[in-house]
This record gives sequence, C-alpha cells and structure tokens, in this order.
Amino acid sequence: MSTVQQRTAPAGPAAARPALRLRLTPVVVVYLALVTLLVVGSVLVGLRGEVLLDQAGILNILTRSTALGLVAIGQTMVILTGSLDLSVAYLIGLTSLIAAETMAGQNGMIVPGVLLALAVAAAVGLVNGLVITVLKANAFIATLGVALILRGYLENNYTGPAGDVPRGFQHLGYDRIGPLPVAALLMLAVAALAWWYLSRTRPGYHMYAVGGDLEVARLSGVPTRRVVVTAHVLCSLAAGLTGIYLASRLGSGAPYVGTDAGYDLESIAAVVLGGTLLAGGRGGVIGTIGGVLILATLDTIFDDLEVDPFFKDVVRGVVLVTAVALYARRMMADRTRGRLT
Amino acid sequence: MTSDATPRVRLSAITKSFLGVPVLHGVDLDLRGGEVHAVMGENGAGKSTLLKVLAGVHRPDSGTIEVDGEAASFAGPTDAQRAGIAIIHQEFTLLPHRSVAENVYLGREPVRRMQVDRRRMVADTRKLLDWLGEDGIDPTDAVSSLSVAQRQVVEIVKALSTDARVLGMDEPTAALADHEVELLYDLVRRLRERGIAILYVSHRMREVFDLSDRITVLKDGRFVTCAPTGELTPDDLVRHMVGRELGDYYPDRAAPEDFGRVRLALRDAGNARVRDLNLEVRAGEIVGLAGLQGSGRSALARAVFGVEPFTTGRMEVDGAAQRVTRPRTAVRLGIALVTEDRKGDGLALRQSVRDNTLLVRRAALRGPRSRARHDVPSLLDLVTVVARGEHQEVRFLSGGNQQKVVLAKWLAVEPRVLLVDEPTRGIDVGAKRAVHELLRDLAKRGVAVLMISSELPELIGMSDRILVMHAGALAGELPAGASEGDVMALATGHRAGAAA
Repeated sequence: MSTVQQRTAPAGPAAARPALRLRLTPVVVVYLALVTLLVVGSVLVGLRGEVLLDQAGILNILTRSTALGLVAIGQTMVILTGSLDLSVAYLIGLTSLIAAETMAGQNGMIVPGVLLALAVAAAVGLVNGLVITVLKANAFIATLGVALILRGYLENNYTGPAGDVPRGFQHLGYDRIGPLPVAALLMLAVAALAWWYLSRTRPGYHMYAVGGDLEVARLSGVPTRRVVVTAHVLCSLAAGLTGIYLASRLGSGAPYVGTDAGYDLESIAAVVLGGTLLAGGRGGVIGTIGGVLILATLDTIFDDLEVDPFFKDVVRGVVLVTAVALYARRMMADRTRGRLT
Repeated sequence: MTSDATPRVRLSAITKSFLGVPVLHGVDLDLRGGEVHAVMGENGAGKSTLLKVLAGVHRPDSGTIEVDGEAASFAGPTDAQRAGIAIIHQEFTLLPHRSVAENVYLGREPVRRMQVDRRRMVADTRKLLDWLGEDGIDPTDAVSSLSVAQRQVVEIVKALSTDARVLGMDEPTAALADHEVELLYDLVRRLRERGIAILYVSHRMREVFDLSDRITVLKDGRFVTCAPTGELTPDDLVRHMVGRELGDYYPDRAAPEDFGRVRLALRDAGNARVRDLNLEVRAGEIVGLAGLQGSGRSALARAVFGVEPFTTGRMEVDGAAQRVTRPRTAVRLGIALVTEDRKGDGLALRQSVRDNTLLVRRAALRGPRSRARHDVPSLLDLVTVVARGEHQEVRFLSGGNQQKVVLAKWLAVEPRVLLVDEPTRGIDVGAKRAVHELLRDLAKRGVAVLMISSELPELIGMSDRILVMHAGALAGELPAGASEGDVMALATGHRAGAAA
C-alpha cells in the first residue's frame, strides 16, 4: 500500500507562500538551541558568580570545537552520502603520530610531516570507500574493520606518545587573534569550504543524490561509486587534519588521542544533532557545526558548574535523543507542507 | 494531429529472450511525432520488455531500431537518451529531499565557473514547466511537498530536459488518484500537440481509448495488431488481447445453498476514508469489491484488518461484535489480509520460503514450533509454490510464486475471513489461474472471501456477488455475472445504488 497515494493536497503555488517566515528547519532549530543553551548556561554559571562567555570561556568553547568540528565535517560528508565512518578515531591517532614523527622537532620537516599524514589519511579513506563500493561491504562493518586494523597497528607499535612537534608548528595549536584561536578559524574555513562543495558543486549535489536514493542516482547517470569513495577520502582527510592539529596541541603524536575523546561516535552524534539524516540525503555542514558548538558549550558549562562527569553523559544523551525525535517530527510536518532546508 | 512522414522511431522484428525464455518474438512498432501510441496486452505480454528495448535497458537479440529513419543501436540507456528517447518508469525516480530543479537536472547539472549554475537550472526548469503549462510547481519546491500527480509532472519534465522527442510511459496512472488522472490526460495531450511521440503502455481500457491515436496489441510476446484507435472497439481489443472467451477461464461459482453463516459483517462502519459501510460476507462466498482507485476499497480492507481501524459503526466476526484496532487482533480473530503490495507489505524478501510461510503463525499464534514447521510442505503443496526448496529466499521467486507464498502464510493460520487486495497483480496467467482456483477452494471450505481487484473481468469472473464502492461509500451491489458496464456505472458514480 503506497503511502504516497495518501498524501494530502498539493502545496499551493509559489505566490501563496509567505515571503519571509522563519521556518523551523533543523539548522534553525540547532542554532536556536545553541543560543538558548548559551543564555541558560550564562545564567547558571552567573549564579556561581562566574561568567560563561568571558574570554576564557569563548576560548574554551572554540578550542573544544576545533578537533571535533574537523572530524564532524568529514563525517557529515560520508553520512550525507548514506555511509558512515567508524575508523576516524584511530586514524586521528595514527596521523598525529605520523606528523609528529616525521617532523621530529625540525621546523624544516613541518610541511613533509603534514603532507605525509594527509597522504596516509587519504589512503585510508580510499580503502574505506573501495571496500564499501567494490566489495559491497556494509559501511558500518567495513569502517569498523579498518578501525580494528589501525588499532592493531597502533597497539603493536606504540605504547604512548611519540615524535616531536617543533615549536614553530605548535603555534597552530595555540596562537590566537584576539579571543579567537587560529585553529578554530581554520576549522571554520574548512567548514565553509565543505559547505561550498556540498551545496554549490556537482560532486556535492551528487553526494545528496547518492545518500537520498542510490538507485535513483545511478539511473540518473550519477557515478555513484566515485561519489562514495570521494566522500570517504574527504572524511579521512578531515580526520587527518584533526590528527595534525592535535599533534600541534600536544607537542607530540599520541596513538589514542582520537579514541580517548571518542571522536568516532562523538562526530556522528554531532552530525545527527546538526540535523543531518543518518540515512543520508539531507542535512549539511552548517548544522553540524551547530551540533559541535552545542556539545562543546555543554561541556564548558558542565566544567564551570563542576558537574559529575557521568551526569554529563546523561545530559548529552538526552539532548541527542530529543534532537533526533524533534527532527523526525519536523520531517513529517514537512511532508505535508514542505520546503527545503 | 501532425504526423511526420518518417516515424520518429521504428522497431522492426524485435526478438528478445531471457534465459532461453522468449519474451518478444518479432514485434514491430513505429512511433510518430505528435502521436500517442498505446501498447496493450495482458500481464506478461511483453509490453514492459518492449519499452525497455526502446529505452536501451535491454538489447534485442535480433531486429532493428531506427531513429528518424536511420539505424540505431543502443548499448545502454544513455545511448537511447542521446537519441532523444526518454522513459518514465512506473516507480518514481525522484529524490524527495531535493528541489524540483535539482531533480530534473540530477546527474546533468549545468556547471559554470566550477559551480553548479543554479540560476540556469531553475530558469530552464521553469521554462519547461511553463511550456507544459504547469505553473503550480515552482522549481525550488521540495519534491516531498508535491502531490503524486505533480511528481509525475516533474518526472516528465526530467525526461523532457534531455531534449527527448520520444517519451515512453509505463502505466503512468498506476500511482494516481482519479482526479489526478485527468490532469495527466491533459498533460499527455499537450505533449502530443507539441510534437512529442508518446508510447503509452497501459492495461486500462478507458485510458487507452481516451488518449491514444493508435493501438498496438501484444499477446504472449507476439505482435497481434496495430490499428487507429477509432477503428477498434473495446470488445475488439479484449478479443485481441485475450484471444479466448473469458467465461471458461474462472472456476465455477458456488451454489447459493453452499453459503453458510455470516462471517464478516459491517454495520454503518466508517473512518476518515470510508463511511456508512453495511455489508455481509458469508462462509463459502466470494464477494468482489469493485471501485476506482481511491474509492476506498483498500481502505475498507485495511480498516477491517485494523491497520486504520473503523472509528464509527460496528464490525462483527462470526456474529460477535469486535473492535479491531490493530492487525494482531484481526489475525487472532481469523482475519487475513493479502495486501496489494506484495513486496512491500506481504513478504520478508530476504527470508526463506519457510520463514515467510510461518511468519504470521509464529507472530500471532501460540503453539509448538516444530508442528508449525511440519506443516510447511503441505501448505506449499496446497498453493502449488514452485521453489527450489523451503530455504530459498523469496526474492528469487517469480511474482506468481511469491504471491502463493503470501497466501500460504495466511493459510497457515487457517483464516475464517480472507481479504485479498489485487491478488493477481503482476503475475502470469498460469499463476493467476492457480490463485483463482485456490480462492474458490478456500471458499468451499467455509472461508469468507472479500476480493478487491481492478481487473474487472477477474472480479466479475470470480465473484458470487459484487459490491461497488464510490467515493468512500458503497454505491451498490450487483449479482454474479454483472457486466463491466454495470460495475463501471456504479463505480464512476454515473448511476447511484441499484438493488442492495
């Protein structure tokens, strides 16, 4: 029985639509939630006689957002394409080590270190993409497998931090322009680039198409395999950037820097919180950044309030579930009224 | 009608076999600009295969294709597209979350300075929509906000945006409600006026007579005839399509004395989709439920089965009033529903024949599992499923055998009331016959059968009584052997309720 047949009346002509009306798209919801959270957080923190959004607070939120933001931008691309990447956390550890070990404390090796780390990241993404498209493995399992392979390599070869990042490169992790960390600005630049790619270029359009309906995309002449592989390469490159950034923060590479922070599941959470459909085909980077900022703000507020870490997780879980349920409702409303985000 | 001298497309002596089974034997077809050319035939006559040959999806084993008088060969759909041929498939090929323009140019987005040229995409889409006179659709609308008919317009625009001059449409009204069908007619006529050659595949007599200029009839993969629509009557067409008398095709009806107690009764029952339903179905009886698409036939079945329950009135099963608010309750009461969407609602396609057969029994009834499994062979025998074994996944079975598995699934719980919605849609003639015999056999064993079918010959041939629905209510009742005209008169609201 097709549900399509039972749809309600068609939407009216364009003229019937109010020209300016704030539509509660997921992106709008995310940023409204972020503002609400900042207000409520400021009040709560204010009650303790402190200020949430002072220079240190802003710095704190943005620094927390940088690494997660980078991973989540990449994750957005694969999820939009209808895929998923669980290998990012170990890849972050691996690339942080590659960068730091190649640099080995010499300023002259900064560029080779960065390039090598990115090359390895791209290769891992290529493997992920090919396993999924050519071997037709489920993305969840394929990237979990690659994650295990990376873990095995890391556990076998490293017991702790290794390599040495030269002073010159640590500027990336710590320099600021006013209250704004340079790295956070770079992350936002990457986000802008990803937004442009997804919403303005053909390959970006095709990511939405493949995630929306693989068969429809194929029948319309979209090179579906290439699109999925590209998404995975870009996702891994984003993870590689994260590893490089974290190496510059830490001054060395660390095998578990990605997994300790749980960047695999955390990035997926941020993407979904940002309104992207886990099944793909709808969403975008702007929402994801909103999701990342919400998670980072929550953390900062909790730290200021000295909340029990376990309770923190409970709240994050509640936020995530609420958001997803909210979007599901919006989607149903959209079916009848509908406009695009 | 402006018809060019050379046909846009000429298919000659097309032959195609699948795995050694011939599907098309030497079929000829020519399409002229500004013409609607209907292809008719029973299921399995080869209509869809012919369309796919035209679309470049299938390569013919032999025969020639000419486009504008020149020989052509299509290695794939892209070649056919390049030759100006576009096909609108039965299933929609749109992305609901994307805009109309994005869908129309999917895979062919215009690019300007590294970016998708969105302005041009929207403008070109609007131009095509205007050309069709469809100003109710904005290129920036999300497809999910459009009605089914509007989506079809988008499909057509998508096809036209490839500069198609030949348009193949496969059962284009299948998903449309009645008022939307009119809109489609209008659109097809406008396309014809603009010189597009249209291949219109359908098995709906009315549409074909309303729309087409010429009709080609296929039967069992062979070309039967091609004639201007004006020179054919519906009776001729049926004769060409069927090639035999209809009467002897169905199992014998029951004698009135075979009818038992009233198994299912509705008293003033209704919900949001149907209203004021009064009917009785007795043991041993097959009651046909006729009506146009959207008249509430399926909604009635779904209400009885508790999918969208009745909100007013009473429903009685074996004389006792029952409130059925979910399918589980219905199953426990001995009600079964064979849905019209076999693959979507009827079967777990990746599970085995056995698991599917036992699906309802395991889900809704208690009792030892081993015994259930023991019954599977006899159930499958009863419905004459042809499968490699009980462990074969049902998705590998033919449509007919899949339908038999659906029936077996319900027989496993020994229903007292069997609701069947389009029980023979998309299955071949042999399987059809088997399903018909099975339904009659079940009725003989005391099951009350309520059968919904859009194929009037089937409905008339099978039913002991026919109820006709119109606009959510029962429009009247007809005795066994009523004519198609009688049914249609009630179904279209042309004539109000006769004897009740």
